[in-house]
Amino acid sequence: MAAIVKSAREAFATGKTLPMSFRRKQLEGLLRMYDEGKQEIMDALKQDLRKTTFEGTLYEIEILKTDVKGILRNLKDWTKEEQLPFNALSFTDNASVHKDPLGVVLILGTWNYPFVMALQPLAGAIAAGNCAVIKPSEVSANSSATIARLLPRYLDKDCYKVFEGDVTATITLLEEKFDYIFATGSVAVGRSVMAAAAKHLTPVTLELGGKSPTYIDDSVNMERTVKRILWGKLINLGQTCIAPDYVLISKARQQEFLDVASKVLAEYYGDNWQKNPDLTRIINERHFNRLKKVLDATKGRVAIGGQTDQKDLWISPTIIVDVDPATDSTMEDEIFGPILPIVNVESPEAAIKFIRNRPKPLALYIFSENSDLIEKFKTKTSSGGLCVNDCVVHTGYVGLPFGGVGTSGMGNYHGKYTVDTFCHKKAVLQRGISAVSEKLGDSRYPPYTNGKIKLMSFGIGAIHKFDVTYNKFVTHALAAALGAGILFAGLALKSL
Amino acid sequence: MSKYHQKISHQEAVAIARSAFSTGRTKDVNFRLKQLRQLLRMYEENNDEILLALKKDMRKSKLEGYLYEVELMVNDVREAIRHLRTWTKPKWLRKNWLTFADKGKIERVPFGVVLVIGPWNYPFQLTLVPLCGAIAAGNCVIVKPSEVSVHSAAKMAELIPKYLDPECYHVVMGGPTESEELLKNKFDHIFFTGSIQVGRKIHQAAARHLTPVTLELGGKSPVYIDNTVDYAMAAQRIMWGKCMNMGQTCVAPDFIICTKEVEKAFIAEVKNAMQAWYGSDWKSKPDLARIINAKHFNRLKSYLLNSGKVAVGGGYDEDDLWIEPSILVDVKVTDPIMQEEVFGPILPIVNMNSVVEAIKYINGRNSVPLCMYVFSADRGVQSLFENHVSAGTFACNETIVQFAIDELPFGGAGESGMGTYHGKFSFDAFSRDRACVYRDFSYLADKLGVFRYPPYSVLKINFLSFLLHHWKKFNITYFDYVPHLICFLLGIFAVFLYNNIHDDN
Repeated sequence: MAAIVKSAREAFATGKTLPMSFRRKQLEGLLRMYDEGKQEIMDALKQDLRKTTFEGTLYEIEILKTDVKGILRNLKDWTKEEQLPFNALSFTDNASVHKDPLGVVLILGTWNYPFVMALQPLAGAIAAGNCAVIKPSEVSANSSATIARLLPRYLDKDCYKVFEGDVTATITLLEEKFDYIFATGSVAVGRSVMAAAAKHLTPVTLELGGKSPTYIDDSVNMERTVKRILWGKLINLGQTCIAPDYVLISKARQQEFLDVASKVLAEYYGDNWQKNPDLTRIINERHFNRLKKVLDATKGRVAIGGQTDQKDLWISPTIIVDVDPATDSTMEDEIFGPILPIVNVESPEAAIKFIRNRPKPLALYIFSENSDLIEKFKTKTSSGGLCVNDCVVHTGYVGLPFGGVGTSGMGNYHGKYTVDTFCHKKAVLQRGISAVSEKLGDSRYPPYTNGKIKLMSFGIGAIHKFDVTYNKFVTHALAAALGAGILFAGLALKSL
Repeated sequence: MSKYHQKISHQEAVAIARSAFSTGRTKDVNFRLKQLRQLLRMYEENNDEILLALKKDMRKSKLEGYLYEVELMVNDVREAIRHLRTWTKPKWLRKNWLTFADKGKIERVPFGVVLVIGPWNYPFQLTLVPLCGAIAAGNCVIVKPSEVSVHSAAKMAELIPKYLDPECYHVVMGGPTESEELLKNKFDHIFFTGSIQVGRKIHQAAARHLTPVTLELGGKSPVYIDNTVDYAMAAQRIMWGKCMNMGQTCVAPDFIICTKEVEKAFIAEVKNAMQAWYGSDWKSKPDLARIINAKHFNRLKSYLLNSGKVAVGGGYDEDDLWIEPSILVDVKVTDPIMQEEVFGPILPIVNMNSVVEAIKYINGRNSVPLCMYVFSADRGVQSLFENHVSAGTFACNETIVQFAIDELPFGGAGESGMGTYHGKFSFDAFSRDRACVYRDFSYLADKLGVFRYPPYSVLKINFLSFLLHHWKKFNITYFDYVPHLICFLLGIFAVFLYNNIHDDN
């Protein structure tokens, strides 16, 4: 492990990741890998999770491709040095913010969307000029092996290393010093990663999880609501960190929810859900047993589904009602499976109170047509992200940050946010060395006098007034000049 | 029993702050502005008392106390008041034809109850500038000033409850033992300024609760000088940074790397500058502060005795906690003074003969400095250091000033810290982005989203892939150019008007 990190450090020290051309080449390599390696990636996903072509294509490969394309398109803008506005009082100086790479970063992937979770952060790390060690999850073994096999074919072998190994190996790896650690996983994993990072004062981004509540107001169109919620719940058989975990709904509308749910599930999956090719499988026996235990221990009533098949790692889409939120097995940890408990709340206020009393979730879903109510939910709760009248899709909007709060995580990524995560914004000041420049600053030198205090005080207080932000309006001025110029030329021609 | 008498315990303070935060009142921008205006009043009305506390703690001179503490604090809070409404505005996502019925925005939201731990060297500024950012971002705050700067801590504990909402903002006191207890509470963010060693402990304590942190630590800030400089200017600017607060500044130039030739010329100019500033009787001058306490004094005294050779200064007085501004030469990288941050008025010079050797040494120390200072007129040399040395901040031909420009993010990297602040960056440090997407149930919006539902088919895959590939082409960007269109029309109109007036004449 130490050898891998040392080798990546040496590669970083050569400075080869700094030029834009190098970073662009690597990102283009990733893009080619997603195209040329598509079949290998899909095969691995099928072997690990029985992930369908649809989900593998759209929720892994397409997401990765769109993200890298966005980074390539904006690479120059997102990494360039930002100049501060020219200041007339300090006109001999130049201040700017330089985006430095951090060095060697560690990316810890997870097993539910094994390619996206390991490679989407990697694209940002590359764009920011870092070297990286990527540790895909050993739980999705075929995907991990595929990443280890493909990456060296398309990316610089010295700068980007894939490390495969189990939990013990990962713990040993975490003893090495990294310049940043980006980890996706459970809350427990998050805690150990941050504890290990703290020994080296390494900053982290943690994409963790939690129970994402889904509140359904009495005002909504039930059919569209149920379709969207069940879609979000059942992609990847519920193994999505932002899947709607549980539903909060009034007792009065519960039966309608169940009736529509039966109809929708039949529409989606026909009569025999286990035979339907569109549903993935539980990743392994450990998680299957975990979910079976939750199902067996529930004191609620299984209204829909409930079937399991250990050999097939199959758990049926299941909806459970009459759940006591304080004690039920379904309401303890993040479900991460196709089981949807329904908790009854008598009012939106009760729902808000319920959500506030629990750990902060990664996502909060509100289904309502009442904008005042939506605003109330938003201001009175805290969550990583919020989506009104849909679920999961909010992470696909280009330009929005994705991340958690509290135990659901820290830091944000996606697109520009990933690049920002992996760089250090270094303040840069270039002071003039002329006699004028020296004169401007010499009141700071001893011996100290009241006069000097007054002068410097004025300078410090007034400096902002001397900012010259003409840059912003240059294009506007040009447009005005163009308009004026065209009419002027027109009139001149007319008079000829 | 703690020797720090408090009306309420730490746990109670945290509980009250949590309860205050859950009422939601700190989220109201008007509430925050009111608190910030109170903070400003606190600085303006207690100017003299603040300077007196600084004098008692480390004999800080009036100029340094006023300009490098009070004035910076006053400007900081004025800027926050001026810009807060802009800073808190949500950022709306650009509209797209494919999702034109949807709205997406990014809101800046507070963390909740945050902890600000201050250091002793600029006790007011380095505790209250973060506090201002935390208030501006809408948090409730527990402030723990450093117990080492006794008078300053007491003054903050006295003043803050008088000016700010006493339920939302608390000052707690304590030493290392009390701090350990305090850290057992769960905070939503911890902002710490102090040493690397304590920073590690804070980071580990935060990890237990998965609390995000901003750490402003330290380390050795190198200064590279080459023979293209004006030695007098370099000597003044470097010694100004070194003598401020008797070298007890986290962004002070820590040590110099240069050739022997440069060293000789530099030292000659330093002697000139010291003579001009302090005359021959340094100690009697009121402009120099004192070392904070005996522990730090002894550490610095031992550097004078066991590292290199004294070329300038070298004097010390234990009773007065006085160390003369000194320069050491013939220092080896293995000497004690080169193992940790000096944090005092002693400037060691290490000789190296090339830029490459200097950069290799600095990068090889495995401890990213808070500041990298380069004194050179050669753009190529400047560029080499800027691009090839990792550092929290970088300054050419100057020391310290980059800290005071609040449009620049100030913070470290690696061991020198994580996160940045000052100006808007303080507001950003204490808030987070929350992505909010609003969809509706309209027929058209729903129809576009229907392709994601099972049963899956190749057609659906192809259609959705197509949309994703061409998403950007559907961006509605013409709104961006409306101001330009207006300017264009104004230009036409201006000429038209001029022409008419001209014709009439």
